[in-house]
Parts: sequence; structure tokens; C-alpha cells
Amino acid sequence: MNDFEPLIAVFSCHYCSYAAADLAGSSRIQYPPNIRVIKVPCTGRVSVNHILRALECGADGVYVAGCLEGTCHFISGNFKAKQRLQYAKDLLSEIEIEPERVQMYFMSASEGAKFANVAKEMTEAIKELGPGPLRPTKSE
Amino acid sequence: MIIAQRKPMEEIQAMIDGFEKILVLGCRGCTTVCCAGGAKEVETLSTLIRMDGKQKGKTVNTLEASTELQCEPESVRPILEKLANQYDVVLSMACGAGVQTVAKLFPDLRVLPALNTNFIGMAEEHGVWTEVCLACGDCILGKTAGICPVTRCAKGLLNGACGGASEGKCEVSKDRPCAWQEIYHALKCLNMLNYLKEKSQVKDWPIHPGRVVREDLREVEAT
Amino acid sequence: MSFRQALESGKFLVTAEVGPGKGTDVEHLLKDAAIIKDRVDAINVTDLQSSVMRLGSMAVCHLLTDIGVDPVFQVTCRDRNRLALQSDLLSAWVLGIRNVLALTGDHPVLGDHPQAKPVFELDSVTLLEVIGKLNSGFDMVGNELKGKPGFLPGAVVNPGADNEAAMDLQIMKMEKKIKAGAKFFQTQGVYDLDAFEKFMKRVEGFNTKVLGGIILLKSVGMARFMNKNVAGVFVPEPLIQELKEAEDKTRVSMNIAVRLIKGMKDLCHGVHIMALGWESKIPPILDEVGL
Repeated sequence: MNDFEPLIAVFSCHYCSYAAADLAGSSRIQYPPNIRVIKVPCTGRVSVNHILRALECGADGVYVAGCLEGTCHFISGNFKAKQRLQYAKDLLSEIEIEPERVQMYFMSASEGAKFANVAKEMTEAIKELGPGPLRPTKSE
Repeated sequence: MIIAQRKPMEEIQAMIDGFEKILVLGCRGCTTVCCAGGAKEVETLSTLIRMDGKQKGKTVNTLEASTELQCEPESVRPILEKLANQYDVVLSMACGAGVQTVAKLFPDLRVLPALNTNFIGMAEEHGVWTEVCLACGDCILGKTAGICPVTRCAKGLLNGACGGASEGKCEVSKDRPCAWQEIYHALKCLNMLNYLKEKSQVKDWPIHPGRVVREDLREVEAT
Repeated sequence: MSFRQALESGKFLVTAEVGPGKGTDVEHLLKDAAIIKDRVDAINVTDLQSSVMRLGSMAVCHLLTDIGVDPVFQVTCRDRNRLALQSDLLSAWVLGIRNVLALTGDHPVLGDHPQAKPVFELDSVTLLEVIGKLNSGFDMVGNELKGKPGFLPGAVVNPGADNEAAMDLQIMKMEKKIKAGAKFFQTQGVYDLDAFEKFMKRVEGFNTKVLGGIILLKSVGMARFMNKNVAGVFVPEPLIQELKEAEDKTRVSMNIAVRLIKGMKDLCHGVHIMALGWESKIPPILDEVGL
């Protein structure tokens, strides 16, 4: 019944999670085609506005994938991303959009399997939540 | 600088209800520095307004712009005149002075405050601002080693501490230091403790609303 | 004998305190005052204690004069501007009140109307100066009064200030208050006579009289509450244990008060007893001390 296929924007940092994505690819680890990866030099580059605009432009979910805490190439970019992600959740709650639509994940460049698992996990979670409030449902 | 914070979305939504073309107007002054009403925050608020409008099935369009100092008519007039007729309400992200300047310049325009103005303050660290000046019009900072007792003492005492401090913190809240103990330490550091023994003071409060006039700066009719 | 006469006589002074309640019922308060009125030199009436809205000090002071008590009108600066304070002082005089305790006052946030706008236009020091000016027949701005009061002004000091800066500031302020006319000081509750002695040594030679504060310990819970919430009051653990282990807690509490008062006889000029409802215990305590 639920044949909705989510569209999920992923902000992925060059040093860790994008490398993990490459590794998943070259290791032939399957992950859902629902994610659209946007490479950033560091997740610290991601602002609250990027997250909100991604949702406004039609993403049903957004996640930011950064380096493991303590290993960020730019020292604290991933911590900043984590704080901003939490702020984005609070803003979405204020306008009654489910804060679970946006998440933060941490992984190292060698964790190709983790990259794939996170993509699966988030796709499942957003399927549960249903289409983002800014996307017309199939019935409309 | 002036510290302000965005009002809760619920309050803003109620204010803008019914308007279809909203000019979200930021300010490149104080509210940019305290991250409440600068260009970034204008974008955030506009996005939230549009997203909220769309999910509720309402027609809401936003226009995003910023003035230099929204409290200066010369900063405000050109921006609003340039965008004339493209909006039916201004949602200002400036402090109270900015909102009122826009309202005064355009009396036929509906102007709404997206922020609550809190105080004149300084940054303790990025993201934490504390009130330090009450604009009382009679500055005594030279006698109190640069720490204002009118503002930073919860009771505004001028003749020394009350007996309510505990472990150096004000009776009002454990996250506020006793301003008079801070003044004591600062004066001690500067070898100025004798200032604490000076003649007692009573503050003469200014009348509100205040007004400052500089005749040397006013426009003159050239006849 | 009035409080002023008692003060000037040089005798060891004893004052007590009553706190008006929330409402117009004064029956209990007047009963408590009647129990002690012949054993004390004056009874203080608190002014919206802890910033909780209550019946006012002026009204209760006046009722006390009717039963033969010499009240001390406690006046804080929290709720009234300079106009109201001067006016209320004149009103108090007309109602038979002769003694004033000038206080800054607790911040409204501590009470049950935390959003109330605090005034604090004057503070304890400048209020004392205003009392002095009124006493000499002039208001704050120099206008001559038609009929002037002659208040005996007092103030408070906190000998339990908990660090060097706080203690130095308290003592500097005490000097300012004496210069502004304070003739007597009532202190916050004392439980440590050694610490109190150290404090009294620092103010030796100050031209004023000090009445040490005695707060009757009604329970262990009360002691712990004060330690946590009341600035300047510290009940040492041994005293709390003494109270905890006692079978007759009331008796032990009275014994503690007797010990403290006896100790103070050599250190200061009197005691100010805050009984918080246990006014009936004051006469037997004073009997045991020999006052």
C-alpha cells in the first residue's frame, strides 16, 4: 500500500562520509537509490538554511553525514553541524513538521557498510513518516 | 549592541495570517551580530513561513531584503521604495527602533515585529549575550572599574552589595554573579577600593521617552 | 520604657519580630505579640518578607502600638519610589510609630509575584539619609516640612557573608549606614559564635549598637532549608545533629538559643530573636539566660 519512494538529500563531507560512499560503491554494497548526495568540504559548511531549503525544494528527509566525533579534518566542523541539525529540528517542530525528517550521522572513510546502512535506515524511517508535507501525495 | 531574539513561530504565524506577500526585512546592524535578524535569519524565517504556508494550503509569498541600519531613514527609504507594490506587509527583523523607523516612514504600510528586543548587551562568547547597559543617561563606569551596577546588579544598587549574595552569585539567579563583588575585585585589581567609600548616590532617572538634540547637526533652511 | 530609652540606657537589648500574614487576619499575630511584649524592648514587623505579598508593616505596627508595644517599622526599598517612601514614613509617624529599620529588600523574583517590577529607587543607605532629613524637618529635595518626625533609625548587617569580597562590602556598607544615621543594627541569624566574634572585632569602635540575630531552629528540615536558601545563615552540622538526635526537639532548640544568647552577652549589645511562630518559647528562654 505504501508505494511512496522518499527523496532524501544527503550532505556528505569530502574527508569521511563521501569517501565511505565511494567505498560502498566500489565494494558493491547495495543501498537505496532514494538518496541524493551533495558533497561538501566539511559538514561544518552545512547551514540551517541548506537543510530547510532542501526540504522546501522537495526532499522528504535530509541527513548530514560527517566524520566520527573527534576526527573531523577541520577539527570541529562536525560538532557545528550537529548543533545546527538540532536547531533545524527545533525550527521544524515550531511549524509542526516532524523533526525526525532531519538527522545527523557520523562515520569514518573506511565505513562503506555504515554509509549503506544509514541510507537504508533513513529511507525506511522516511517511508514510515510518509511524504514530506511539501510534496503532493500520489492521491492528489 | 542591541540583542534581540526571534518571536516564537506561533506568534509570528498569527501576526502574518491573511497577508499573501510578505517582505521579510533584515538589518545588517545589531541583529546580524546577534544572529537574530541578519540575512541568514531572513532566509531561515522566509523558508519557514513559505513551508508552513504550503503545508496549510495557504498562498504565502515572501520577499527577502535587508537594510544597513534599519533605525536610519536613509538606509530604509531606498530599499522599501525600490520594492514598492511587491509586498503587502513588512515583517521586520530589526530591533524595536528599526520597526518603528519603517512604520514612521511609511504610515500607510503595515509593519510587524518578528523579533523581541531584549537589551543592550555584549557577547560573553559567541552565542551567549548578557545585558550590560540600561541606557540610564548618567554613566558611572569610571567609578566602578567598567562594571555597571545599574544594569548588572539585579536591584540596581549604587552604594554597595545587598546581603543576598551566596557564593558570589546574585540572589536572583545562580547564573548571575553578584555585580558588586565583581566591582570589588575589579577595583582591588586597579588599587581603587577607596571608590567604594565615596559619598552615597541616589539615581535621578531620565524621563521617557528620551530625546537628544544636537543643534549643530540639524538641517537648516538655506534662505 | 521605649526602645529609644532602652538603647540609650546601655542595657543588653532584646528585640523580637512578627511577620504579617497573607490576608487581613491579625488575631494570631497580636496574640503572639501579647505573649512577649513585656519581655522585649521592641518588636519588629517585617515588610513583605521574602517578597511575598502580605499585610503591610505599617498597619501592623500601628495595631501593636494599641496594645502597648514599641514597634520597629521595617521598610524595604523594593516596592516604593522616593515619593512613597517619604510619605509612608510621615504616615507611620502620625500612626504612633517611632522606630524604623531601613532595608534594601529581597528581589521580587524570590516571592509569589515574581513578575512584579522592582523599584529599588533608594537603598538602605540612601533611605537612612532620607530618614535623617525628614527628622530634621526637610524632604529629600530640601522643602521644609510642616511637622517633622523623630525616628530612631536602624539597619541590618550580615556577619555570615561567605567570602572576603562579600564581607568587606558588608562592612563598608555598614560604615556608610552609620554615617547615614543608623543607631542600631540587627544581624542575620547567627549560629557560630566564633565567626560572630571575628566579625564583632572588625567592627569594634564603630559608633553604633549591634543586636545579634537568633533564629529559633524549629526542625532539622528548617535548618537544611536555611543552609540551602537563606544567604548568610549557616547552621553547622554538629547543631543539626544535636537537633536530629534529640528526643525533645523543642527543648534542644531552646537550649541552643540559650547558649547562643549567653555567648552574645559578651560580644554585642543585644539580641534580635526571630521566633517564626514560637513566640511562646521566648519568655522561658529569656528566663534561663537571666534577661
